[in-house]
Amino acid sequence: MISRLEQLKLDALRELDLITGAKELELWRVNCLGKKSELTNILRSLSSLAVEERKSVGAAANRVRAELENGLTQKKCALREIQLAAAAREEDVDVTLPGRPLLTGRLHPITETIYEVCEIFNSMGFQVTEGPDVEWNYYNFEALNIPDDHPARDVMSTSWVDIEADKDRGPMLLRTHTTSVTARVVESREPPIRVVEPGKVYRYEATDATHTPMFHQIDGLAIDKGITMADLKGTLYEFARRFFGEDRGVRFRCDYFPFVEPGVEMAIECLVCNGKGCRLCGNTGWIEILGAGMAHPQVLKRGDIDPETYSGFAFGMGIDRLPMLRYGIDDIRLFYSNDLRFLSQF
Amino acid sequence: MKISLKWLREYVDITLSPHELANRLTMAGTETEGIQFIGENWAGIVIGEITAINPHPNADRLKLVTIDLGSGQTTVVCGAPNIRIGSKVAFAPVGTQLIDGHSGKSLRLKSAKIRGVTSNGMACSEKELGISDNHEGIIILPDEAPISTPLADYLGDVIYDLAITANRPDCLSIIGIAREVAALTGQKLHPPDINYEEATSPIEQQISVEITAPELCSRYCASLITGIRVAESPWWLQQRLLKCGMRPINNIVDITNYVMLEHGQPLHAFDYDQIQGRGIIVRRAVADERITTLDGLERTLSSNMLVIADKERAAAIAGIMGGIDSEVTDGTTSILLEAANFNPASIHHTGSALHLPSEACIRFERGIRPELVPGALRKATKLIIELAGGKAAKGLVDVYPGRQEQEPILLPTDKIRSLLGVNLSTDQIVAALTPLGFTCKIETQPSGVWATTPYWRSDINQAVDLIEEVARIIGYDKIPTTLLGTTLPSQSPEPMVNLKQRIRCSLTGYGFQETVTYSLTGLEMLKKLLPENSLEPPSIRMANPMTAEQEYLRPNLRANLLTTLCSNRKHEDGGIRIFELGKVYLPRQKDLPDEPEVLCALLSGSRQGKSWHDGNSLVDFYDAKGTVEGLLHRLVTNPDFEKGSDASLHPNKQAAIVISGNKLGVVGELHPRVREAFDISEATYLFEVNVTALLPFTTGHKMFRPIPRFPAVVRDIALIVDSGVTHYSIQSNIEGFPLVAGVTVFDVYSGSQVPRGKKSLAYRITFQSPDHTLTDDEVNQVQQQIMDKLSRELGATLRS
Repeated sequence: MISRLEQLKLDALRELDLITGAKELELWRVNCLGKKSELTNILRSLSSLAVEERKSVGAAANRVRAELENGLTQKKCALREIQLAAAAREEDVDVTLPGRPLLTGRLHPITETIYEVCEIFNSMGFQVTEGPDVEWNYYNFEALNIPDDHPARDVMSTSWVDIEADKDRGPMLLRTHTTSVTARVVESREPPIRVVEPGKVYRYEATDATHTPMFHQIDGLAIDKGITMADLKGTLYEFARRFFGEDRGVRFRCDYFPFVEPGVEMAIECLVCNGKGCRLCGNTGWIEILGAGMAHPQVLKRGDIDPETYSGFAFGMGIDRLPMLRYGIDDIRLFYSNDLRFLSQF
Repeated sequence: MKISLKWLREYVDITLSPHELANRLTMAGTETEGIQFIGENWAGIVIGEITAINPHPNADRLKLVTIDLGSGQTTVVCGAPNIRIGSKVAFAPVGTQLIDGHSGKSLRLKSAKIRGVTSNGMACSEKELGISDNHEGIIILPDEAPISTPLADYLGDVIYDLAITANRPDCLSIIGIAREVAALTGQKLHPPDINYEEATSPIEQQISVEITAPELCSRYCASLITGIRVAESPWWLQQRLLKCGMRPINNIVDITNYVMLEHGQPLHAFDYDQIQGRGIIVRRAVADERITTLDGLERTLSSNMLVIADKERAAAIAGIMGGIDSEVTDGTTSILLEAANFNPASIHHTGSALHLPSEACIRFERGIRPELVPGALRKATKLIIELAGGKAAKGLVDVYPGRQEQEPILLPTDKIRSLLGVNLSTDQIVAALTPLGFTCKIETQPSGVWATTPYWRSDINQAVDLIEEVARIIGYDKIPTTLLGTTLPSQSPEPMVNLKQRIRCSLTGYGFQETVTYSLTGLEMLKKLLPENSLEPPSIRMANPMTAEQEYLRPNLRANLLTTLCSNRKHEDGGIRIFELGKVYLPRQKDLPDEPEVLCALLSGSRQGKSWHDGNSLVDFYDAKGTVEGLLHRLVTNPDFEKGSDASLHPNKQAAIVISGNKLGVVGELHPRVREAFDISEATYLFEVNVTALLPFTTGHKMFRPIPRFPAVVRDIALIVDSGVTHYSIQSNIEGFPLVAGVTVFDVYSGSQVPRGKKSLAYRITFQSPDHTLTDDEVNQVQQQIMDKLSRELGATLRS
């Protein structure tokens, strides 16, 4: 009997192996595992056997049934896989065709640069603050040690607003630098102060590839007890390192701005020639990035901050220059012509 | 300012290479903007003397010129009109790199037969040498030029283009730069020789000087030279002026310019015989006084301008320009030479009022010191005697009402530490300041240095000025680099900065490109926004507009943005979505303008990006409104929309954006008239939000609502209402009922399936209770109440 069961199993599995369709499989199940199958008959007839034989034949029959059922399950899965694969072949896509486009908008490269610069200074405790574009002569010039006849005014040709002047604060103008916000901060806040002041600035200049009547700057100011020029260098060096990269050479040299003393200019190694000298850097190997210095005692006094107790530094830089250097843009007007073929590149 | 290295070497020994010198000056505050090497490419060119000129056998205009080079003679073919026997010339042998006189390109000189005669090289013009554009004839060198010497040794030079900062007028001179170089490189300055032989008659007997406006003239000096001959300047002097960018005129004028470049002190030469009454009066101009200046123009002066006058009339505008009547001419034989110090502000105002900027003006308005005056005057007098002949009267006239003693300034050592972050001893401070000309005295209580400023410096007024001097001499690179270690100020971000960033990020996420346009705009552009003749000119006008397009501060963003749309439409035929978030400028009484931050955005063209995929529908009102809703839902609760009345928008396709009862913006389709005016062909949608006004509504604190635990029941109803009934009225009626958790419109229809004048709206209403599962009966009851109300209030019926 046991050998019969063994034979029955071998026959059934061989048959199963050849099956390729669901109908055949069902037929096989009925034949091999169905109510009228030989295996079922054997199982049903177990009761008629002697106890010892019943035990051994019963175990063998159950084993065979388990094996066949297992085979059936596996076959079902295999057939399902074949069926799915066949169906999938019918549903081919061309993966090289473009996807359904999402509408993409971008920040203007100037905005993006301002955010990036602010982020760097934010992380050093500087907070963004803003001031008016239309400004009094006082905050733009007088409060910053730039009286009417100062030669520094010559390089900041001013657009004047046709509104009656204030008797204390002078005529109204479009700010020529964001340092006007520094003058306001010094006047309105108490130390400790750490702020950055991004914004639009204006010059009375004809438009060409390097000049537009409006452009962007960011100024910064840190005032507290014990702030030194070493802190100025460290802070601005950290900015340069993070914005232009670890390996970019940075240079600090003496320069003059009326509202600071000592005055500092920070330059970086030319991004085109890496310091060897080229047309972009005027063969000097260096590109001026910002002006800075220790806050002038006179400026602090005007804001009622005692220069004997407090010290600090101020800096200011052009924003437009930064993406121009980074992306190799050679015409500043592109920023304000708002051609989507330009703006969509960033 | 242009500085010749050869000239500089007369006053200081220079051991550094030209590039090293440039770098030292730059680092210490005098930026080198350019270096020009004259003679860099003159390898092989030597000085020769013409010994014979013979006719060319085949050409009348050409000559065969024999040149003695010291080492031998050579013959070249030359067509220059200015050759003569004995002339010293620059000879270039075959193979020399030269600039082509015609094309201006650099070429290598080849051996050539010119009309059948071989030329063994050539005598060069200034243009061929790259000195100037002169190609009229060859360069004729002075007679003393040594034969066989390389031209580069004789004529070569390095010209620095230096950017002198506004605080250092003393550096607008060769001697000023020489002082810097000396201090930076540990060399000594060679003082200029200003001694000359004086005649016996004292100058006071021949000229008197009176200053009636001492507030505008702190010092006035003059010398008198008689028996001079006005002529062309010697070659070397002309060359130096040319290298520094000045045009030679005659020996007298050239000497005044030369000394100005060397000493930084402007001078002016009068024809002494034209000075009426032998007296100079330095006075304010009389209102509307007229003077014809050297350029031949008659100028009208005002009383805040200073003139140099004789007894009868103004002879010069002080520090600006001389008068034509006292001009030095070829016939002049006596010179009254002026060197003076004028008030910087006055010179600045006069120079700009008369539009007469000049080298002299630049020096005066930056505040050169009056102490420079006598030295420069003596040097110029000496040169005139040497180069134009004549005799100088004994002494100088020196009227000096503005004399001020330089007070020493105390520089405490701990001030250096607290400002620079480095410790320096008093000895180190003295070692830094002394080479710059400061007289130093060490102070022990408290530790510091008393420093007296040298007479030529006008920029040192307090201790911090001395600190900069010390820092730039020791070098900024010697100052350490530290990060701020002071107290972190309390961090309270400006809400507006934050809000602007959130709005920009949302809109770029919605597919809008940010733009940045000029804050200035023109009337023509603003007119396009409104019906004809209805635009009031905006109130904030520029006093000095650059162009008509930049005459007014923008009162809105839309004019600029529409212009941007139009210009992009010329090359972009797909969907365009752009926005700008920036200030507009609105006038206020007796104060700076109000500068609210405004958001303006435009949508036009197709709704999706261009693709091969199905559908290419165009944007409509609801795309614009959807964007506004999406944006505002993240910032505020419950924005409402009411019918709007913006004159630039389509009268029936616009809504006012209302937040808590305040109209803060608009959304709508552009009025066809406006569209036409901006040359935009397709329907365009605009929205605008006053972000400054929005700000207070965005700062509210949000509270969490629990997610419902009991299942919702959803019912759909289709209503028929009159066409005029708004969705809003239906929705707000439904929303008021208990158990209603949400209501959304999912279909809007008008057409043949509903009676004329009616429309159908279908709503999905969600019923939900926070505390139990709803039964059908409960929901049916509320739904019936809703229908009753809608029918009563709005005449709605159920669509069957």
